[in-house]
Amino acid sequence: MDFAFTPEQEELRAQARAFLAGNEKPSWHELAELGWTGVSVAEENGGAGLGFLEEAILFEEMGRALTHAPYWSTVAVVLPALPADLQAEVARGEASWVLASGPLVADLDTATRIATVGGDTIWELDGAEREVLQTNDVTRPLGVVSGGAAGRQLASSELLPLLRARSLAALALEACGVGSRALELAVDFAKERHQFGKPIGTYQAVSHPLATTLMELELGRSLALFAAWCIAEDDARAPLAAAAANAHCADAAVAACERSIQVHGGIGFTWEHVLHRLYKRALGIQAWEASGAQLRSEIASYLLDGDRR
Amino acid sequence: MDLRDTPDEAQFRSELCAWLEANLPQSLRGHRGGEARYSDDAVREWSRILYEAGYVGLTWPKDYGGGGKPYSYQAIFLEEMARAEAPQHLGVIGLGMAGPTIIALGTEAQKARYLQPLLAADEIWCQGFSEPDAGSDLSAVRTSARLEGSSFVIDGQKVWSSYAHIADWCILITRSDPTSSGHAGLTYLIVDMKAPGVEVRPLRQLTGEAEFNEVFFDGVEVPIENVIGDVGGGWQGAMTTLLHERGTLGFALTAALEVTVGKLIELARDRGATPVQRDAIAREWIELQALRYTANRSLSALMKTGIPGPEGSILKLQWSEAMQRVTKLALELLGPDAQLLAENAPYGGYWQHAQLRSRGNTIEAGTSEILRNIIAERVLGLPRSR
Repeated sequence: MDFAFTPEQEELRAQARAFLAGNEKPSWHELAELGWTGVSVAEENGGAGLGFLEEAILFEEMGRALTHAPYWSTVAVVLPALPADLQAEVARGEASWVLASGPLVADLDTATRIATVGGDTIWELDGAEREVLQTNDVTRPLGVVSGGAAGRQLASSELLPLLRARSLAALALEACGVGSRALELAVDFAKERHQFGKPIGTYQAVSHPLATTLMELELGRSLALFAAWCIAEDDARAPLAAAAANAHCADAAVAACERSIQVHGGIGFTWEHVLHRLYKRALGIQAWEASGAQLRSEIASYLLDGDRR
Repeated sequence: MDLRDTPDEAQFRSELCAWLEANLPQSLRGHRGGEARYSDDAVREWSRILYEAGYVGLTWPKDYGGGGKPYSYQAIFLEEMARAEAPQHLGVIGLGMAGPTIIALGTEAQKARYLQPLLAADEIWCQGFSEPDAGSDLSAVRTSARLEGSSFVIDGQKVWSSYAHIADWCILITRSDPTSSGHAGLTYLIVDMKAPGVEVRPLRQLTGEAEFNEVFFDGVEVPIENVIGDVGGGWQGAMTTLLHERGTLGFALTAALEVTVGKLIELARDRGATPVQRDAIAREWIELQALRYTANRSLSALMKTGIPGPEGSILKLQWSEAMQRVTKLALELLGPDAQLLAENAPYGGYWQHAQLRSRGNTIEAGTSEILRNIIAERVLGLPRSR
């Protein structure tokens, strides 16, 4: 049993953190040049031939940096549904994708291609009109798609449960990144800000909620990494693990941001501070794909209905 | 990252499962509390069977009678023991606290004398840390150790000492320098619980049973070779003990919670649950998985460094609060039946006992408040609160 990243994986994390800190809205070509769009694309198709664990590192780092790019939409959700030549295009940075499977679609402002579900098939949607709507989280706007016609056939819709598990797990990892950054901001502030002659982090009314936040985020990171490992290994537990991770991590990230705003006091409530942007991403993650209550209801059915044993 | 057992670990696990199936007496299966608790004699006998089979002290050095195995074997052992609902080895304090402290800081003579009988459950250990006025603030201990010739003479009182009523030895924190205060001037001693002047009084707790004791020391003589570490260096010894208490305990805690959550699911399947209760049950199942994988992550870190990190505090905090939520949820599912005891109690009174016992979980082995201080100060790096 080994639940630690390799030195190469840690290196990827360091590289990602350094690049993303200075590039909030990187172009798809830049991400391709870094090798990130083709992380899990096979080497013969121009990718790195790695897997979801390496992508997991990037999802978390992109959450932390509030990266504005269709990386989750393309890599977590659509990529496994693409035939080899289209995967190669993604790896080369020539195409990015969204899956239009509900009334609202994320990343329509940045993704170049649209996939959709019709009957028992996932198709490319050609010639559709896009409207990008004003959204709480400006780094991941939602929009609507209208018109268009079924183009190339991409994959069987039997793949949808896997795509949903990947999406849930990737968002859980993003949530870990968002929450961890909110916590770090709170800790730094609590060390520096003095009131009544002491750093406010001295007061347990401040420090204990931050300790609780760390606990919730670390527990969440364990769930999210387990889900990522299940996906990387095609483990049958992946859908359940991804649901559990998403239900916990989305709530933990929202709570981390809320506690961080509270610890910051007035400055945390201002437009100029980054905290509200982290908070809005966390709320967006919480709302997307399925609510925590919906995911827990699915888990309860697994635990309590039918003959599980 | 590979979350599967290695081939060696998988073999160890399957041999252990088969061994437990063949050797765990039917009369010792299932968790019991209150009046149905197993006798100390029965658990001691079971501990000896475990020792003879080589399952005790798996990670300890071979030179001291251990198995010399990586920590992952201990995690597998605790997991499978809990799944089989087997009682733990009787020497919990010795295995988790006294033994690791002696291995880390003891003399060769101490290691040779104490470790093997501890593993074999021939000698039982208890812990003499807390005092009436020194609970979370361990540095306030007042039990005195006065050097007379080649012995220390001990006077004072300890409290909340599990197993003291059957213990042969006590790891005792004393104040050896009467002019000192705080962390300085403390000395860590091994004390013979059968020595003249030691008196043990059981403390009946709110569950009705007596797991803990008060221990009184009245002029008890302890030879100077029973000092662990240096005279005056007791604080370092105490910290070594507590690090191990909170570090390796994580696996046992996860395994115990797994059994309790499993029983909660059975209960809900038997009696039904409302949508709100189903949501709460799913939440607790998720939190259990989170605890398990966090224990695994912490194990991977432990295997790299050899020392449990302060993140172990997260495990204890999460586990203790989860035990309280899960057992209360069970009482809610039971409704008025949860009030019944003795032969009318559903499920043999398991839930009534488990719920009351869980109130101790956030107090013993570091209160939740102390654990949050540790996380705030040592993990987050926030300024000290005192």
